[in-house]
Amino acid sequence: MPERATSPRPPTSQESLDFAIGEHHAPLLGKHLLGLEGLSREQIQGVLDVARRMKDVSERPVKKVPTLRGKTVVCLFHEASTRTRSSFEIAAKRLSADTINVGGSGSSTTKGETLLDTALNLEAMRPDAIVVRHSESGACNFLARQVECPVINAGDGAHEHPSQGLLDLFTMQERLGSLEGLKVAIVGDLLHSRVVRSNLYGLRALGAEVHLCGPGTLISPWFESYGARLHRRIEPAIEGADVIMMLRIQRERQGTSTIPSLREYERFFGLSPARVGLAKPDVIIMHPGPMNRGVEISPEVADGPYSVILDQVTNGVAVRMALLYLLVARGSDAPRG
Amino acid sequence: MTTKTAPRRRLPRGYRIARNLLGPAELDAALGAMASEIRSRNPEPDQVALIGIRRGGVHLANRLAKLLAVAGREPPVGIVDITLYRDDLDRVGPNPIVGSTEIPFEIEGITVVLVDDVLYTGRTVRAALDALLDYGRPRGVQLAVLVDRGHRELPIQPDYAGLREATRPTDQVEVLLAEEGGDDTAVLLEREVAATPGGAHA
Repeated sequence: MPERATSPRPPTSQESLDFAIGEHHAPLLGKHLLGLEGLSREQIQGVLDVARRMKDVSERPVKKVPTLRGKTVVCLFHEASTRTRSSFEIAAKRLSADTINVGGSGSSTTKGETLLDTALNLEAMRPDAIVVRHSESGACNFLARQVECPVINAGDGAHEHPSQGLLDLFTMQERLGSLEGLKVAIVGDLLHSRVVRSNLYGLRALGAEVHLCGPGTLISPWFESYGARLHRRIEPAIEGADVIMMLRIQRERQGTSTIPSLREYERFFGLSPARVGLAKPDVIIMHPGPMNRGVEISPEVADGPYSVILDQVTNGVAVRMALLYLLVARGSDAPRG
Repeated sequence: MTTKTAPRRRLPRGYRIARNLLGPAELDAALGAMASEIRSRNPEPDQVALIGIRRGGVHLANRLAKLLAVAGREPPVGIVDITLYRDDLDRVGPNPIVGSTEIPFEIEGITVVLVDDVLYTGRTVRAALDALLDYGRPRGVQLAVLVDRGHRELPIQPDYAGLREATRPTDQVEVLLAEEGGDDTAVLLEREVAATPGGAHA
């Protein structure tokens, strides 16, 4: 690659495009990543393409690159999480960033500090990104308006979980190639699921057909306005599907007005080997975790040949590396806001 | 991503061609001379591999491999992408595209010849060395460049250079290879005076 002549001031994005002959492109993402809603096909595909390269890094003997050396990433998790938090932490470390974890219990939250105060105090320590998980929908959007550094939504209430959506898309593309026209069925508690929302935006942007299914009490006609097909029964939803994604059914909803019993839920909506037979012969089975074996998914299916559930976890690290690279490792002329 | 499509090879804005450094025949001859030097310094051909620095070094590494073939057997060729190892990510504006690094052989214990088209500040080579060493411990690393244009900012020198050319820091050197739609030439570009930001005060 021709090395660039030193210029007296940082080049504008237009200049660097001309200068380096196709080496640079305009910033792929805005300052924050709060959700997949509103992202274009090009933006989503761009992140997935970077993630592919990041996956290469994770497959090397030395699983670390110096890209974010000297940067600090704060993971502010106000809700229980194993996968997402460790995935973000591993992703940051593979890019050589320093990470700190701040949790709900054992932190100042238990002493009554507000989310905003916690965030402002963390920001006063000059991190380069804050990764936020919170039980309230919109918490990340709220913080993004208050702090200077990039905010990455790691799941907020029933709103969005964009990095999960992206890793799901990545896993589907890895297995199936283009998602254009594929039938993706998502089954479970749609009403309370941030995973389904991020997946819906992403899948529609990439041209997939989205079929949603769940108990009538946990479904909303709202999804149809985003191009999803709704089903009350699982069979038509998964018939001929290329992808079946099962969502976790929260045990605490049992016995409330939404689900009479987990046993009944399993009978009507659980993914059994017999039901898998309704889908395409090379269907892939996904689950964002944590799984309730024997409720929404039978152990035979979860551990079976169609399952890509652990691939999703592996790919999560690559996708989060891509997000951290795109949001943290960029020049000062990147648009702020 | 657009890396699969043919790269744009238009003239950077604000530059004009000052002169041709290498024509097609000279470029061929320069590569031939580099190959014979590589051969004489590395008498065991099965202990040598070529790794091109993305993007300018990739095609040159392939060409050198053909020239180095012994009884039809070419040395292995790899590609190293330095994006994640750059020291200027904070300064270059929007994120550079990350290319793939493809080293489909063990570099442990062999001699690796890093190949690039133009050697300038040496920062790209520094990044490539760091990337390479994350894949193993070669017995040695040598550096082959088509054009050494001077102005090093790090203590890095080429072992093989097709052409050494004095340039001004404001110049650009472009190698336009047939594989990328060029005509196999190396050209020196200079800034047009009117395009100098802040006016011309030489």
